Amino acid sequence: MSTTTTESGTSFVPAAETLGAVLAPGARPPRPSALSASLTFGWRAMLKIKHVPEQLFDVTAFPIMMTLMFTYLFGGALAGSPTEYLQFLLPGIMVTSVVMITMYTGVEVNKDIEKGVFDRFRTLPIWRPSTMVGYLLGDALRYTMAATVILVVGLVLGFRPQGGVAGVLAAIALLVAFSFAFSWIWTMFGLLLRSEKSVMGTSMLVLFPLTFLSNVYVDPQTMPGWLQAFVGVNPISHLVSATRSLMAGSPDSGEIIWVLVCGAASIVVFGALTMRLYNRK
Amino acid sequence: MRDRTTDLAIETSGLVKIFGENRAVDGLDLTVPAGTVYGVLGPNGAGKTTAVKMLATLLRPDGGEARVFGHDVLREPDAVRTRVSLTGQYASVDEEMTGMENLVLLGRLLGHKKPAAKDRAMALLEAFGLTEAAGRQVKTYSGGMRRRLDIAASILNTPDLLFLDEPTTGLDPRSRNQVWDIVRIVVAHGTTVLLTTQYLDEADRLAGRIAVIDHGRVIAEGTPGELKSSVGSGSVHVRLRDAAQRPEAERVLARELNTQVHLEADPVALTTRVPGEDADAGAERASRALAALAAAGIVVDDFSLGQPSLDEVFLALTNRPATDQNAQEEAA
Repeated sequence: MSTTTTESGTSFVPAAETLGAVLAPGARPPRPSALSASLTFGWRAMLKIKHVPEQLFDVTAFPIMMTLMFTYLFGGALAGSPTEYLQFLLPGIMVTSVVMITMYTGVEVNKDIEKGVFDRFRTLPIWRPSTMVGYLLGDALRYTMAATVILVVGLVLGFRPQGGVAGVLAAIALLVAFSFAFSWIWTMFGLLLRSEKSVMGTSMLVLFPLTFLSNVYVDPQTMPGWLQAFVGVNPISHLVSATRSLMAGSPDSGEIIWVLVCGAASIVVFGALTMRLYNRK
Repeated sequence: MRDRTTDLAIETSGLVKIFGENRAVDGLDLTVPAGTVYGVLGPNGAGKTTAVKMLATLLRPDGGEARVFGHDVLREPDAVRTRVSLTGQYASVDEEMTGMENLVLLGRLLGHKKPAAKDRAMALLEAFGLTEAAGRQVKTYSGGMRRRLDIAASILNTPDLLFLDEPTTGLDPRSRNQVWDIVRIVVAHGTTVLLTTQYLDEADRLAGRIAVIDHGRVIAEGTPGELKSSVGSGSVHVRLRDAAQRPEAERVLARELNTQVHLEADPVALTTRVPGEDADAGAERASRALAALAAAGIVVDDFSLGQPSLDEVFLALTNRPATDQNAQEEAA
């Protein structure tokens, strides 16, 4: 392989005819639609997964570990048996794992922004947010994979959702949609912070309290009042309640609307901040 | 034919960009006619890249005005973006993707349907001698191949204006020649090129006009010939066989060329500037000096007449070498 590199690197002589042929001004196609540009960037995200499949480790191994760990660690003490606890825990652990994975979005954006290719994207006459939407579309696929892995592990361990296939699918769809919306906070940090490490650090600082100070592991009734208040406003708690209700086959429309409104607000606020930073970078 | 709103590709007046305390671009006035290669020559930190980034809509100017084909870079960025392409100092391609994927991605983003984007990518890879490497990740490419892919990506939709920001920095001489050939062909097909460089030699070979910039401002502008004659025609480098003959050689050169002779650290080497209104006059004087050395019985191993370097241009224009200024900028 290395000999080929040297050869094609040096023996090439630019020929006026062949180069001239590609330079002949053909008709320029009209600029792509916002959707088409976003999907193209989504395709780029897929290609990255294809070339660096190791990055799927965090959407497979990590969720399996979380599910096994908490089911057997708390199951006996909190609900009598791991299988019984799993009926309560699984939707929550799915939310925790997927929301945790969202932080890699910021790391990816931060890694890319240093590279020359970003300058090229920014000089293209396309819908400006499409670059970022592309990342998030790729990530939505990763979220779906992680959710599926957890569901399968759960089913193997004895999770039996009352909501059936429809309920579970709706729950996963809601979770992925919320995570897509929530991820705009990470594109913002990815553009704002100077290094990958600081993006990671900030993400942990936000995600740990959000996921643990929630109703994922235990019923908030046993918590002190001030903590109950936090858990009550924590969007992750609402997401967990909505997901649980869908999987249990008794959709709680109040919680679902709460989650959708919260997601929309996240896109409006952090999406706008992201694009402001992107345009100024 | 593409419409040209104006015959000027670039027009800036009093362009300013400030980073903190540093006035990276400080009142830049440029006028670049369409259809030519325009060289922007300056040392590291002179503001070349910053200026290019503002013209390519990547950075917002803090003051002044800039128009590309008559479109204001701040008010009509999309109109500018449809007509320009940028090949930055660091390859603007995705290292983790293959050459083919890079070009198809850009083709799609420029509005081509997938089959058309693939055809176009294939034709470009062929024209740039990258067909064999099409399926390999760009990180396995040599520097020259990467640069070629980068330029191929920049002409995916033949742009009216191509920014080449130090396109040959870090390339071996062979790859550099390839890039020069490509630039000539691109310009012959009607694309205007704005080329930034640290090498007078490069600007001289490619550009019709050159602006020398320093501290974010144009300090000289003209054709390469005008620029060089303002500096003198170049310098003579002499290497002797015998170090003992150096004092004698110094006297002969000083007499013949009527300039100060610089003694290099190498005990057999001498350097001097050749005064002269143009390259021909300089060459004639240099050959007389060589004859005089021979007549004095001095054995010369190597005698060369070089074009004035950026350092010499800077010395002549600002009375201070470009390299010193680098050190200052870094310290600041």
